[in-house]
Amino acid sequence: MSQFLEISGLKARIDADGQEKQILRGVDLSIPPGEVHAIMGPNGCGKSTLSYVLAGREDYEVTAGSVLFKGQDLLAMEPEERAAAGLFLAFQAPVELPGVNNANFLRTAVNAVRRARGQDELDAVAFLKLARTAAKELSMAPDMLKRNVNVGFSGGEKKRNEVLQMTMLEPSFAILDETDSGLDVDALRIVAEGVNRLRSPQFSALVITHHQKLLDYLVPDRIHVMAQGRIILSGGPELAREIDREGYTKFLAEAEAA
Amino acid sequence: MNAISTTMPGPLALFADRLNGVAGAERHAALGALARTGLPSRRTEAWKYTALRALGTASFAAPAAGYDTARAQALLDHVLATHESLATLARVVLVNGTHAPELSHVPDTLQVGFFNQSPTFGVQAAPDRDPLVALNTALAEDGVMLSVAAGVKAGQVAVISLGLGGEQAMSYHPRHAISLGAGASLSVLSVHAGEGAYFHNPVTDIHVGESAELRHVTLQLEGVEAVSLGTVYADIAGHGVYDSFALGLGGALARHEVHARLAAPHALVHVNGAQRLGGRQVGDMTSVITHAASDCVSRQTVRNVLDGHARGVFQGKVLVERVAQKTDGYQMNQALLLSPDAEIDAKPELEIYADDVKCSHGATVGALDDDQLFYLRSRGVPEIQARQILIDAFLDEALALVTDETAQDICRAIMTERFGQKGGQA
Amino acid sequence: MPAVTETREAVEKLGQSTYKWGFETEIEMDMAPKGLNEDIIRLISTRKEEPEWMLEWRLAAFATWQAMREPTWAKVSYPPIDYQDLHYYAAPRRKPGPKSLEEVDPELLRTYEKLGIPLHEQALLAGVELPEGETARPPVAVDAVFDSVSVATTFRKTLEEAGVIFCPISEAVKDHPELVRKYLGSVVPAGDNFFAALNSAVFTDGSFVYVPKGVRCPMELSTYFRINARNTGQFERTLIVVEEGASVSYLEGCTAPMRDENQLHAAVVELVAMDDASIKYSTVQNWYPGDEEGRGGIYNFVTKRGACRGARSKISWTQVETGSAITWKYPSCILQGEGSVGEFYSVAVTNNCQQADTGTKMIHIGRNTRSTIIAKTISAGRSDSTYRGLVRVQPKASGARNFTQCDSLLIGDQCGAHTVPYIESRNMAARIEHEATTSKISEDQLFYCRQRGLSEEDAVGLIVNGFCRDVLKELPMEFAVEAQKLLQISLEGSVG
Repeated sequence: MSQFLEISGLKARIDADGQEKQILRGVDLSIPPGEVHAIMGPNGCGKSTLSYVLAGREDYEVTAGSVLFKGQDLLAMEPEERAAAGLFLAFQAPVELPGVNNANFLRTAVNAVRRARGQDELDAVAFLKLARTAAKELSMAPDMLKRNVNVGFSGGEKKRNEVLQMTMLEPSFAILDETDSGLDVDALRIVAEGVNRLRSPQFSALVITHHQKLLDYLVPDRIHVMAQGRIILSGGPELAREIDREGYTKFLAEAEAA
Repeated sequence: MNAISTTMPGPLALFADRLNGVAGAERHAALGALARTGLPSRRTEAWKYTALRALGTASFAAPAAGYDTARAQALLDHVLATHESLATLARVVLVNGTHAPELSHVPDTLQVGFFNQSPTFGVQAAPDRDPLVALNTALAEDGVMLSVAAGVKAGQVAVISLGLGGEQAMSYHPRHAISLGAGASLSVLSVHAGEGAYFHNPVTDIHVGESAELRHVTLQLEGVEAVSLGTVYADIAGHGVYDSFALGLGGALARHEVHARLAAPHALVHVNGAQRLGGRQVGDMTSVITHAASDCVSRQTVRNVLDGHARGVFQGKVLVERVAQKTDGYQMNQALLLSPDAEIDAKPELEIYADDVKCSHGATVGALDDDQLFYLRSRGVPEIQARQILIDAFLDEALALVTDETAQDICRAIMTERFGQKGGQA
Repeated sequence: MPAVTETREAVEKLGQSTYKWGFETEIEMDMAPKGLNEDIIRLISTRKEEPEWMLEWRLAAFATWQAMREPTWAKVSYPPIDYQDLHYYAAPRRKPGPKSLEEVDPELLRTYEKLGIPLHEQALLAGVELPEGETARPPVAVDAVFDSVSVATTFRKTLEEAGVIFCPISEAVKDHPELVRKYLGSVVPAGDNFFAALNSAVFTDGSFVYVPKGVRCPMELSTYFRINARNTGQFERTLIVVEEGASVSYLEGCTAPMRDENQLHAAVVELVAMDDASIKYSTVQNWYPGDEEGRGGIYNFVTKRGACRGARSKISWTQVETGSAITWKYPSCILQGEGSVGEFYSVAVTNNCQQADTGTKMIHIGRNTRSTIIAKTISAGRSDSTYRGLVRVQPKASGARNFTQCDSLLIGDQCGAHTVPYIESRNMAARIEHEATTSKISEDQLFYCRQRGLSEEDAVGLIVNGFCRDVLKELPMEFAVEAQKLLQISLEGSVG
């Protein structure tokens, strides 16, 4: 396999109120194993759509292109198959699951994924031990495992809960969709440390963000700028600081001119 | 074959003489429906909480050909005096169900027709659906037909129905229609007022065209001895709005029944209301809102304040048909009981056949909040006034839903006139 | 009519021989002829060795029933039932069961497997006939689940020591006539409704529980444990009386779908709670729902009502209804005693062509009475499910409180979910709050779960269980776990 994740010419649209809306207009992106890439771009450029399409959300219709994940055709897989294959999406706005116990949900998910990967399932005791340790590292209140999934969680608690799930599900590729939004500085650091703990030659990540701050902690290998459904520019970590300083306008204008 | 006998049990017999004299295919069909079903009893689910006993035992006569003009004028003046803007509105006045041109005041901009000039019954208010519609169909004398051409913003009009009861039991059965063409708009203020004993049985057939907007406020100020049983059928086309509000204050027995059908996508309906009753009044607000197309919105808030031996009834059904995906429906009924002998019966109902919907309803029943009352009194407000403030606030939240400002001012003025000075519980 | 003649002859025979054949003849006799008349009722009463007053009570109920009409107000439809085309008395086993598990419907076995029921219990539940020589063991009784006779005996002893009476109602009629006479029909009068009247005339068995003053029943009572619980039949009658300061928790039903030949079930359950008494009644109903096309399936027309007669008494109904082709059921509380409490927690799941019209009635009569209603309705397939509930506050019920929450979940666009509450208040110092919502499982929730690796079916199961949590947590522990699995199984095939 040439690359770990290979996105080529990806186009996708959504049917909104009876109107077809093209959002991705030919995305090309390669992420090698062990690397962390970041996507930046103005609102509505298609960043979140890209993450949903990669995770298999059915509202989006892929009209062209391909995505190879560890040599497999990602687009042909069901969402849960993608999760089992190692793809994890940390949602921008994690949904609430009323009445569903957080620990129970996490254990169900962990064991579903482990089963699919041919690993032994965790019994309740082993699971709780792992989960408590992971939660502690993320400075989560002990009762968060007992509460219902995301119900009544603050913005920061939801994001930590996402990172907790990521830790427990041991993905090889994680998409962090604006995980930094709504976090104060301390929370941001804790979340970033949680992600950094996963970093290894077997773990890659795609970080979607508006801000430089998260990237200070995560230090990406590559930065991509997305606009109007395409990657218009790629570069090293210095690109993020440039964007933070000068805004997107300059880059958009350059891309337009090119 | 369809003859109604005066010796039949039940209130239908009270109309026997007039019913057996009707002519015309529609009226005969209505008579047939009535002969089969009779008038509803409390065994009929839709009339579970409201009995027609108040109709009494005397046969109803048709309204006399003429009427007492001085009495009508005085009653009208009294109604118009409620609020200065009411007197200046364009108005169509009916006395005992028949158009009274000398009391009316209609500008040329509005197309006004009358039922007795060209009787048409419409298709919505079918006699076999409801015995009271059948009774109206068989006996309708007159009615106001308002129509607004496509694209015309027709402003506001008051339709004032005056009932002048006399010694003999009398009933009138006006058949109204309101029709708005595409993109048209109109605001209608229906006022029901009267004195003495009479039975008012209006049916209103409403069609709101595509992207049209009808605001419709009904002020029910019937006389204390009156029985008023009105039915409204409204059909709302795509992107159309039927924004209705009913304020119920009068009558010994009053029922305001609305059937609204959201017929095409993105239509909107409000079926709001408030009633404040005392003595032995019975007030019934019944509605059926049918979502027959996708992406429609319905909103309903009804508030009841019940004093004395009054009884309030709320029946509200929201029906979501299989095609009506993305329906957004909300319904709330609240009642405040001010007296140990007051009663509320509520039946909010959801009947849902589409899965992608967001529907909810709520109902609360209770007395004035002791904590709130205490708070006001601790700030020096005498109890009777404190009660009044809380009752007003409770009803005011419903009145605030009247989107037509003039109509809202008029509603508030009536509330002040009737309850403003008296304070809370007697 | 031959049926009548046949019956008369049968009754005459019985009368002459004064029960010489007793129950031993059941296998030969098998069942009474079809049809319902006074003779059949006499036959039932005779066969159950009932005292004269019981027979008279039945006959009076039958006379009442004959003058009644089947109710039509519920939102269910079914072909007319020919009440003369049914057997009203049958011996415990009237048709040979399957000889082994191989002969049992594989679909049924698959469900047992999913519920985690051991093989030998599967056989019992499916009504598999035991080999010769093992007939000494009760062939159908579910008490076998709890290791048979010894366990049941232990329970009986413990209960006796505590002074609790727990026996088949047919036994109670003979052994405790003063109690049965006093309370039977005192909550659900024989003429209460069509199905209750029918039950009163022909009920064959059921449970009787009496908990004396001040006794906390030392264990949860369950139809599982009752040695004679087998084939209580289509007209079950249960009476539970709890005296002052006493309490009991009663479990009814089974999560495993039971093989049953009777299509019509019309049970009556009466509960009586005196001062400070408390009764918790939990039901898991999973009768055969019919096939995907709606063929077959049980008609379940049940009348359940509890009377909170004493001050501060409490009756709590919890039900998980997943079975039956038609469910018509409104477990109710009459809150008479001052400060008494009524609760109704319900999950009703319908799939395929099932119809359920279920809910409760809370009648507030006494001062400061309180009631809570939590009803969760889930509809899938082409099914229809209705919550129908009445909250009535009588003029003297000052300080009464009610809170009602009804939530409906629709799965698929061919089903219906309906909410029909009746709220009636005649007391200004009462407060009633009612809330209802209808929605579907959100795509966002489904996707979230699937992104975390759950299959669509597991995700639906998880979300539905979350939706029902407020009700499931009211179930006794061992029931709750089974009920969760049951919910998921009931909804199989409804998504995707």
